[in-house]
Amino acid sequence: MFGKLTWAAIPFDQPIPLAAGALVVFGIAAVVIWVVAKGYLPYLWREWITSTDHKRIGVMYCLLAAVMLLRGFIDALMMRSQQALAFHAAGYLPPEHYDQIFSAHGTIMIFFVAMPFVIGLMNFAVPLQLGVRDVAFPTWNSVSFWLTAAGALLVNVSLVVGEFARTGWLPYPPLSELAYSPGVGVDYYLWAIQISGIGTLITGINFVTTILKMRAPGMTYMRMPIFCWTALAANLLIVAAFPILTATLAMLLLDRYVGFHFFTNEAGGNAMMFMNLIWAWGHPEVYILILPAFGVFSEVVATFSGKPLFDRRSMIVATMAICILSFSVWLHHFFTMGAGGDVNGFFGIASMVIAVPTGVKIFNWLFTMYGGRIRFTSAMLWAVGFMVTFVIGGMTGVLLASPAVDFVLHNSLFLVAHFHNVIIGGVLFGAFAGYTFWFPKAFGFTLDERLGKAAFWCWLIGFYVAFMPLYVLGFEGMTRRMQHYDRPEWYPWVMVAGVGALLILCGIGFQIAQLWVSVRSRDRRLEPTGDPWDGRSLEWATASPPPAFNFAVLPAVTSEEPYWDVKQRARATHQLVTPEPQYAAIEMPRHSPTGFVTAFLATVTGFALIWQIWWLVVLGLLGAYATFVVFAWRDVHEIEIPAEEVARIDRANRAARAAALMAEAPP
Amino acid sequence: MRVDGSVARCSLLLLSLSLAACQTAVLSPAGPVSEGERIVLLDSLAIMLAVGIPTIVFILVFAFWFRASNTRARYRPDFAYSGRLELLVWSIPALVIFFLGGIAWISAHLLDPAEPLKSKAAPLEVEVVSLDWKWLFIYPQQNLASVNRLVVPVGVPLNLKITSASVFNVFFVPQLGSEIYAMYGMTSRLNLQADRPGVYMGLSAHFSGDGFPGMSFDVDAVAPREFADWAAAAGAGGQVLDEAAYRGLLRQTQNVTPFTYRSVSPGLFDRVVRQELPPGEGPPSARSGAGGSTVLALAGN
Repeated sequence: MFGKLTWAAIPFDQPIPLAAGALVVFGIAAVVIWVVAKGYLPYLWREWITSTDHKRIGVMYCLLAAVMLLRGFIDALMMRSQQALAFHAAGYLPPEHYDQIFSAHGTIMIFFVAMPFVIGLMNFAVPLQLGVRDVAFPTWNSVSFWLTAAGALLVNVSLVVGEFARTGWLPYPPLSELAYSPGVGVDYYLWAIQISGIGTLITGINFVTTILKMRAPGMTYMRMPIFCWTALAANLLIVAAFPILTATLAMLLLDRYVGFHFFTNEAGGNAMMFMNLIWAWGHPEVYILILPAFGVFSEVVATFSGKPLFDRRSMIVATMAICILSFSVWLHHFFTMGAGGDVNGFFGIASMVIAVPTGVKIFNWLFTMYGGRIRFTSAMLWAVGFMVTFVIGGMTGVLLASPAVDFVLHNSLFLVAHFHNVIIGGVLFGAFAGYTFWFPKAFGFTLDERLGKAAFWCWLIGFYVAFMPLYVLGFEGMTRRMQHYDRPEWYPWVMVAGVGALLILCGIGFQIAQLWVSVRSRDRRLEPTGDPWDGRSLEWATASPPPAFNFAVLPAVTSEEPYWDVKQRARATHQLVTPEPQYAAIEMPRHSPTGFVTAFLATVTGFALIWQIWWLVVLGLLGAYATFVVFAWRDVHEIEIPAEEVARIDRANRAARAAALMAEAPP
Repeated sequence: MRVDGSVARCSLLLLSLSLAACQTAVLSPAGPVSEGERIVLLDSLAIMLAVGIPTIVFILVFAFWFRASNTRARYRPDFAYSGRLELLVWSIPALVIFFLGGIAWISAHLLDPAEPLKSKAAPLEVEVVSLDWKWLFIYPQQNLASVNRLVVPVGVPLNLKITSASVFNVFFVPQLGSEIYAMYGMTSRLNLQADRPGVYMGLSAHFSGDGFPGMSFDVDAVAPREFADWAAAAGAGGQVLDEAAYRGLLRQTQNVTPFTYRSVSPGLFDRVVRQELPPGEGPPSARSGAGGSTVLALAGN
C-alpha cells in the first residue's frame, strides 16, 4: 500500500534530525495557524499564491531563498561545529548524519537559495527595467516558482521522513547507485532537483522570450540596462544547460529504478560520463548565478556613484563572452582523472580565458566609481565588498585552473574556500545588494540602513574569518567532507573557521532584525515618489510599489538611461517633462491557481516516486493532466483594469513626483 | 618554467607571512613532482598578485576618494567612456592570462601524472586499489602487499597504477605531489618520487561514503636498504593475498589498522581492472534489499 514507506522511516531513535524535523513541522504549522486565525488566508490566496504578477512572484522567490538560506546555514553551523569537535574524536554527528548534512547544505544553497534569489530579482526587476507590464508567460512564471518551492519542500521532508542523500551535492556514481546508496536519500535528491529543474527551465524560456520580444518602444538591445543583459545571458544558459542536468539525472534515475547501466560499475556502465555530463551543466550553472549578480552590481555602482556605467559596450561584450565561454571549461572539475597534458592544458587555458571578461567587468566598475559622487548606502557597501572579495576569489580560481596546481589542490579545502569566495562574495553579496536596492521599489518603504550596514560588516568580516583559514587548510592537504580527522596542524584553523561562521550568524541576525524593524516602522520610512536612490533606469519611473500594470503608459525610450534623462530635463525646467497622458483601460493576465495546484501534485508525485507508492504516482500524474486540461480550456484569461483606476493611481504618483521636484532647489 | 625568481621569492615571503608558517604540506615538498607543482603555484600566484593587489588598492582608494562627502574630489558625471581605458581594461587581464596560460600549458605537460620521471634508478612499481574504506598497495616486483601503509625507498621513482574496487576515490600524498582518481574498471597512472626520508600523510581526496575520513594512510619514505629489510620482513609473515582474501577485503570496513600480505596471487590487479573480480559489496542492506535510514546500520569496524 505505501511502497517502501514504513514507520521505520521516521528517525525516532535519532534526536537531532527528529528535533530539527519537529521544529520545521511546528514552524510551518504555527505560520499556517496564525495566517488562518488572522483571516489572512483569502488575501494570501487571492493576491500571492495564485498571483501571476511578476513582482509578487519575484518577492516570493526571494522569500523562499531567504527561508532556505536559514536552513542551509544551520547545516553549515552543524558542519563547522562537528569539525571543531571531531579532532581525534567522533564529534556529535555520526558519518551517516554528517554526510547528509554537507550534501543538503550544498544542494540547498545552490538550488534553493542562490537560484531562487537571482531568479527572484530577475522576476522583479527585468520587466520593470524593460518598461513592460509582465513577462511573456505569466502563468508559467507562477508554475516555475511553485515547482521550485515543491523541490525545496521535498528536500525538507527528507529531514523527517527517511533520509537525504549522503553523496555530496552532486551525486557522483557509483556511490549514488543502488549498490552503494540503497536508501531513499539519493531519490529525494533526484526528484527534488528534477521537479525544481523543470521550473527553472520554464523560467529560462520565459525570460529569454520576454527580453527578446517584449521591450518598451525604443528600447533597443544596446539601450537595455546591464541587469537585463546579464539576465538574458543567464537565461540563455538555463535554456542550454538545464536540459543536460535533467537528462543526466534521468539516466541516474533509470539506473536506480529500472536497472539500467548508464553509470553503474557492472554491465558496461561508465561513471566518468556522469562527471562529464553533470559539469557540462554545472559550470554554466555558476555563471547562471554570477551573471545576474554582476548585473545587480552594475546597477548599484552606477546609481550610487551618480554616473552612467563606464564603457557599457565592453560590459555587454564581456557578459556575452562569459555566456559562451562557460560551456568550454567543464573538464577543469576533474583534471585529476588523468586526461593527459593536451586535454588538461586546453581546458586550463579555456578556464583562464574567462578571467579576461571578468577582469574587464571589475575594471569597468572601478572606472564607474572614478569621478563619481559615491553615496555609501548598504547596497553600495555590498558592491565594494564584492569587488575586493571577488578579485581574491578570481585569483584563487585562476590558480585552480592551472592543471599542475589543481593536482595538489583539487577537492581540498582550498577549493571549498574558492567557491565560497565567489558564491558568497559574488552571488550572495549581489543578492543582498539587489534586495536592499529594490526592496523600497517592491514595498514602498526603505530598509533600515544602520542595521543593514551592521549586517554587511558582520558578513564581510565573518566571510574572511570563516574562509581564509580554509585556503590554509587546503595547503595543509585537508580534503573536504571530513567527518573526523587527527592532524594537529589542521585543528587551529578549523576552530578559526568556526568563529567566522558565528560572525556570519550575527550578520544574518542583523538582517532579520533589519527586516523586522523596517516593517514595524514602515510608516516613517514611506517613499512616495518611487525613486529613493536617485535611480537611472525605468523601474524608478513608476510608483513604489508599482501598480499591477507597472506603467500607466508604456515609456518611450530614447537613450541608454531613459529615466535619468527625463529627470535631468525635469530638473532643468523645474516641472514634470511629460504632460498627463490619455489614460486607457489595461488588460492584465488573470490570477491562476494552476501553478500552486501543479506544484502540489508534483510534490505528491515526487514523494510517491521516492517511496515507490505507485498508485499515488498515477493519481498525481492524472491530477497534473487534469490541471493542464482545466487551464487549457479556460475562457477568460485577462482582466481589465478600468481607465479611471489607472488614472487614479498614476495621478497620485505624478503628484508625489511633482511635489518632490518642487522641494528640490530650483536650478 | 621559472618566470621570475625574485617575484616568486617575494610571493613566497607574502605567503609565509599570511600562513604564519611555511610548513604546510603542499608547500613543503618532499619530491620532484610536488617541488615542480609548488613552483608553478607560486609563480602563477606572483603574476596574479602583481595585478590583483593594485586592483584591490585602486578599488579602495577610488571608493574612499570619490565619496560624496569629499568636496575636493572632482565630480565627472559624464565620464563614461575612454578609448584608451577600454584598451587598457581588456589588455591587462589578457596579458596576465597570456602568461598564466603559457605556464599552465607547459606545466600541464611537464607534470603530467602519467609521464614517467627521469631517473637512473629503476622505478618501483606499486599497484593501488581503493577499497571501502581502505587502500591496498600491491608490490608486484616484491610479490607482497600492504593495506593502509605505503613503504617506499627514497630517491627511487614510483610507478603507480591505480584503480578502485568500488566507488571513486582519489589517491593523494600532499608532500609528494599530484593526486589522481581511482576508478572501477580503469587504471590511472601516477609517477611520484620521495627524495627526503620521512613519514608523509596520504589520504583519499574524494568522498567515498561513511568510512571516507578513515581512509588516511602513512607513506614511509625510507632508505633503499631499509626498504629491502621491510620487504624481507613482510615476505616472511602474514597471509597470502589470493582471490578469497581479496573478496574478504571487499566488505565495507572503517579505520583499518595497517597490515601486510606475504605474497600476492599473480595478476590480481589486472583481474580487478578487467572486472573479473566482483566490485565492492556496498552496505549490507543493499544485499537484503531494504531501504530507509534506520536499516542502514554500518558494517562496523
